[in-house]
Amino acid sequence: MKHILLAAALAATAGMAQAEVKVGMITTLSGGGAGLGIDVRDGFMLAVKQAGRDDIEVLIEDDQRKPDIAVQLADEMIQAEDVDVLTGIIWSNLAMAVVPAAVAQGKFYLSPNAGPSALAGKGCHPNYFNVAWQNDNLHEAAGAYANSAGYANSFILAPNYPAGQDALTGYKRFYESDLAGEVYTKLGQTDYAAEIAQIRASDADSVFFFLPGGMGISFLKQYADSGVDLPLIGPAFSFDQGILQAVGDAALGVVNTSQWNKDIDTPANAEFVESFQAEYGRLPSLYASQGFDTANLLMSAMDKADVADADAFRAALTDADFTSTRGDFAFGPNRHPVQDIYVREVIKEGDVYTNRILDVAIEDHADAYAAECPQ
Amino acid sequence: MSFVFLVEQVLNGLQFGVMLFLMAAGLTLIFGVMGLINLAHGSLYMIGAFAAAATAAATGSFLLALAAALAASALAGAVIERLVIRQLYDRDHLDQVLATFALILIFSEGARWVFGSFPLYLAIPEALSGPVTLPFGIEYPRYRLALIGIGLAVAAGLFWLISSTRIGVQIRAGEADREMIGALGVDIDRLYLLVFALGAALAGLAGALIGAIQSVQVGMGEPVLILAFVVIVIGGIGSIRGAFIGALLVGLTDTLGRVLLPGLFGLLLDPAAAASVGASLASMAIYILMAGVLIARPQGLFGSA
Amino acid sequence: MSLNRETTASLIVMAALLSTVLWAEATGEPFTITLATRAAIFALAGIGLNLALGMGGMVSLGHAVFFGIGGYAMGILASHAQTFTPLTTWPILIEGTNAMPVIWLVAVISSALAALAIGALTLRTSGVYFIMITLAFGQMFYYFMTGWPAYGGEDGLSIYVRNGFPGLNTLDPIQFFAICFAFLACALWLYIRVDASPFGLTLSAARQNEARLRAVGIDPFRIRLVAFTLSGAVTGLAGALFADLNRFVSPAMFSWQTSGEIVIFVILGGVGRPIGPVVGAGLYVLLEHTLGDVSDYWQIVLGAILLAIVLFARGGLTGLVLGRPLPHG
Repeated sequence: MKHILLAAALAATAGMAQAEVKVGMITTLSGGGAGLGIDVRDGFMLAVKQAGRDDIEVLIEDDQRKPDIAVQLADEMIQAEDVDVLTGIIWSNLAMAVVPAAVAQGKFYLSPNAGPSALAGKGCHPNYFNVAWQNDNLHEAAGAYANSAGYANSFILAPNYPAGQDALTGYKRFYESDLAGEVYTKLGQTDYAAEIAQIRASDADSVFFFLPGGMGISFLKQYADSGVDLPLIGPAFSFDQGILQAVGDAALGVVNTSQWNKDIDTPANAEFVESFQAEYGRLPSLYASQGFDTANLLMSAMDKADVADADAFRAALTDADFTSTRGDFAFGPNRHPVQDIYVREVIKEGDVYTNRILDVAIEDHADAYAAECPQ
Repeated sequence: MSFVFLVEQVLNGLQFGVMLFLMAAGLTLIFGVMGLINLAHGSLYMIGAFAAAATAAATGSFLLALAAALAASALAGAVIERLVIRQLYDRDHLDQVLATFALILIFSEGARWVFGSFPLYLAIPEALSGPVTLPFGIEYPRYRLALIGIGLAVAAGLFWLISSTRIGVQIRAGEADREMIGALGVDIDRLYLLVFALGAALAGLAGALIGAIQSVQVGMGEPVLILAFVVIVIGGIGSIRGAFIGALLVGLTDTLGRVLLPGLFGLLLDPAAAASVGASLASMAIYILMAGVLIARPQGLFGSA
Repeated sequence: MSLNRETTASLIVMAALLSTVLWAEATGEPFTITLATRAAIFALAGIGLNLALGMGGMVSLGHAVFFGIGGYAMGILASHAQTFTPLTTWPILIEGTNAMPVIWLVAVISSALAALAIGALTLRTSGVYFIMITLAFGQMFYYFMTGWPAYGGEDGLSIYVRNGFPGLNTLDPIQFFAICFAFLACALWLYIRVDASPFGLTLSAARQNEARLRAVGIDPFRIRLVAFTLSGAVTGLAGALFADLNRFVSPAMFSWQTSGEIVIFVILGGVGRPIGPVVGAGLYVLLEHTLGDVSDYWQIVLGAILLAIVLFARGGLTGLVLGRPLPHG
């Protein structure tokens, strides 16, 4: 097991320091999708480094995006390493494999990315905190934006898997007009010629799509080349810093929704963007901001309570008394964020493709499942 | 569902099919001549795409990128043939599966080591971007038309190579009787190297051409590899003609299945459920096609039992 | 003579696995027990495949189908028990369950039925066709489970509490290991018995010389189909145990990588040896666990090791120690 012992040098002399908190980070560092895990890890570790604390130890492990490996790592961290807090998982299906068992064993779980609806509603747990978003949030914001942009006939598409079905449901929850078409594509599909022809043949006035990772790259490139010029809307997952460089001009001007962007005008965010760039030589993505916020939330709770006192620590986490990169941040009753969600547009700054904020799509947005979470 | 829409989808199926053919042709040649099952064929596809993206980024030229893709994948093919594959010709399929599976691990993680974890950028050339208007007012991307053209040209070239050249005679002889061509004084080592490098170059070409409209990333080769397997199982292993027909069948089945099945279920179910059920079934369509072909002809459409 | 040596080797390896676990229990290393349990379950899946591959020469690259079906037998039954909703009320009422014996029975029967159906289709072919067709069947199931929303689709199913077995606390790592180890021992015994039985001899004959078998009036297709079905059933049982180990199932169990890994267990250890898959699975779990420390790019090292074994250690690890068994393929 790879140990990152930040505390090592200081801890030897600091016998009087507060109880140490041991964090287990399970994230995707190899194979396809490693970019997201690397961003979360780098954001998290940047915050830890900046805090310069001697009472936090982070163990980092690669789940290879495989649920069974993630479960095995969680078992190892709980049984053999006796961590206090788990974090790091990128994908909803891995989170569903790990989180319920981990919190049932009394560990805290802070989610820096995945927010499946099953963990937000009936399956919520007092030890589970989501620092990113509930999965539907960005799609709901896209629906709200479509209304304000005056779209009356959207064509919507997503991969045929739970997060894809949630995406279209989320969009439809806020979008108020007609649908020109609703299409589910194959998970991992790389050619969208058939779907683009369907869009062309429909009488849509706008297209909403949720195609994370490589799927979105393929779709955007092919869409830009097809001659169909209906406006596109999507969640930030197809427009993060890592992906945009691979899409290039095809993404320029496309509108997308995100809870974070590098031009959110707060001192904390400006400092985060600058220090991330200085440390790693690239612009941070929203995943990096989520990792950074997760670490800062954890350390804010450590300042207030001892992790051994679960009730006090839980209360300290619930307070969310930290400065988020996205400005205001608070937890709703199901310990998921209540936050502003922005509309962004893809632009080019010099040679680098990135986003700028156009407007707020929804203010103080909470998720649709909070009411189902038993208190 | 209009006529124009249907024609456009048939073109899409055709384009998908000819690109699959580039992958499947190499696989089926290598199996036909050397009796080798090569799981790492998808890695060669990936190498082509990565080489093209890196070259395009450095030079800005798409033609150079294609040349680099051909060279890099043929070279990679030649190197693994010399170092690894050569040891496997006399082995059973099991050893071949494991060894080439190991090569996938090495190539995939190696690519990530060299190029990082983020997808690379590769765009279609300026001259081929945007749509053209075809008869009946069909708007269709120029680049996809070019892909169909290139795919058909390569297919014609391959048929010519095999039917009318010296190499082709040797290849056909090798397929018919491997021991025999050695006795005829053909340099088998060279022939095998050549066939393997040719198959690799075809895969690399497909990777580069497709990379321009898709995401150039680690692991991009394996889904295509599995489709190429389906193609050659349907067409009959070792048969270039079978690979061609099989590739078109798979391309059309997949594309039209995706378009037509959800509509068909729409007659019975509400739109959201129909979209989901139809999509599930469409993603299985080519495997169902394959099972159907096998029940009728276990050796594939053009295979010799 | 040779059987005796194989049996002795099997006993030594099983004893080594058992004593590792007992040592871990004594020194308070529950995670080592979890790893050993994982190895035992993989080994069981490997023994299942070995019945088809080693004995019958059927190179299946689609055994993930049976592993996955076993897993979902557990997932579906336990999730219904978890939410107190019946599976179906028509034509008869079927309730979910969290009793392991029932789950195992369902896993074995359903994966055997799937193996029977898939085998009936695929065993019409042979050689490289068979490899590719089994692979394609795996993909078919994978895409189906990914797109089927009723049981979680790609997200899979989480079962919060491990299923129960009368008289045992299955959440205790060593007690759950005991169950898996017992099954592994039974499967090993079954393999050795089948290998020596008239059926096993006929199956080997079908592999080595099909024409001769036909000449004496035996249909190799039926022999292979029976072996393939048995093979699927054992792998299915392993899938159910694996699901219980993780308290989770997902379509990843159906992926072609899973099929590839099961093949690796068998080849790494030694094809056609009773103990081969146990050695192979043990080594694989060990490598997977330790190489991750070496580098983020540890899969390159894994690939190189696999390659070296194929090229230079024919017959796998067991082959290195015991010499070559009967030639396969």
